[in-house]
Amino acid sequence: MEDARKIRVLIAKPGLDSHDRGAKVVARALRDAGMEVIYTGLRQTPEQIAETALQEDVDVIGLSILSGAHRTLFPRIMERLKEQGLTDVMVFAGGIIPEEDVSEMKKLGIKEIFGPGTTTEEIIRYVMDNLPKRD
Amino acid sequence: MTKTEEIAKGVLSGDRRSIAKAITIIENSMPEAPKLIAQIFPHTGKAHIIGLTGAGGAGKSTLIEKIVREYRRKGKTVGVIAVDPTSPFTGGAFLGDRIRMQELSTDEGVYIRSMATRNYAGGISRATNDAAKILDASGKDVVIVETAGAGQSEVEIVKVAQTIVVMHAPGLGDEIQAIKAGIMEIADVFVVNKADRENANKTAIDIQTMLQMCNKKAGWKPPVLKTVALTGEGVPELIEKLEEHRCFLEADTEFRESLLKTKAEDELLEAIKERISRALIDQLQRQGKLDELLHEIVEKKIDPASAAEKLVKKAIDHA
Repeated sequence: MEDARKIRVLIAKPGLDSHDRGAKVVARALRDAGMEVIYTGLRQTPEQIAETALQEDVDVIGLSILSGAHRTLFPRIMERLKEQGLTDVMVFAGGIIPEEDVSEMKKLGIKEIFGPGTTTEEIIRYVMDNLPKRD
Repeated sequence: MTKTEEIAKGVLSGDRRSIAKAITIIENSMPEAPKLIAQIFPHTGKAHIIGLTGAGGAGKSTLIEKIVREYRRKGKTVGVIAVDPTSPFTGGAFLGDRIRMQELSTDEGVYIRSMATRNYAGGISRATNDAAKILDASGKDVVIVETAGAGQSEVEIVKVAQTIVVMHAPGLGDEIQAIKAGIMEIADVFVVNKADRENANKTAIDIQTMLQMCNKKAGWKPPVLKTVALTGEGVPELIEKLEEHRCFLEADTEFRESLLKTKAEDELLEAIKERISRALIDQLQRQGKLDELLHEIVEKKIDPASAAEKLVKKAIDHA
């Protein structure tokens, strides 16, 4: 039924790296899985990401980062999301995030990190299985 | 106060989170939707709603970014609804119009929402009209609706917007393209973008020629403007024309009344059709009447149209 609630996902690239092939691959895969994916392009600031998530009322945010700046940017992003009251949005991340940083990122509230080699099926499955319950 | 009342109140005070929730509620036809619309409806009718349509790649999103900046320079607040197509096969959508406008997302006077057509025909989604109403009620001076990239039949935008801008870019077709029906007929303003290209002048002339052959829309002669969206060239002049059209609509109260009445009628009939068909189909399904006839259709004992006639007549007679 066309009114069935769709899963809305924001795929965002924080920071200054300009490698967005991975982000686009994930975005397309999620679209092919029936989701509405908002892709906002390169060089997003934490403020832009949080504001976009708010205006678009997304259920999920996927952060793609390859520059190594995740330890600086992710805390800021999670902070902004909290400020906007978006604590019920599921956040996952991917790109180049070393194994040793994963638990630190998860402590910030990022539910899962998908490193290189993750299949799109895995990501789709994860999103479907862990959708936040929103009213 | 119920949650719906809270959200409605939030919308009316311009709270962004409430606006976001409200659009989600009506887009998904959630149970609170009718009550929500009922509460905000009396506060609509103040915003200038502008529709922007035209072939994909003509530069709509880029131009909108410049249009919004110009309105902001003039102290106006703006809402933008950017529509992209839903895949008929997967039900999903890639909503990428925001990319060109992202610098505006942290401007408090701008609200941008991406919507998927969800297989509604005509370049917009079924909820676009109500989403525009929500932005209107939230106090935005201008609401811009960007349709999914248009061929020639994306004319549903006329049901949503008061001023329609049709965008062209050079090289998308010759004079014959310009004459084709559909979106060329609905334009209040024509824009030829990428005007720095060679054949931009010819495109503008083709459109002007076509216009001379058509009837004018009740006293308003659609201007043909040239812009370069990447640099913003031509945008102040475009805004001037948009304002002129708004004044034209407000000045001609008789014309405006008839437009409002047509809009009201369209919306009422659409709402009635939706409810009747939903109620009727639900009833028929519950009574198992559909399954009975499916068998006969497969065996070619009856054609679908006649079967529908039978079912509907019976249902109406019983009503």
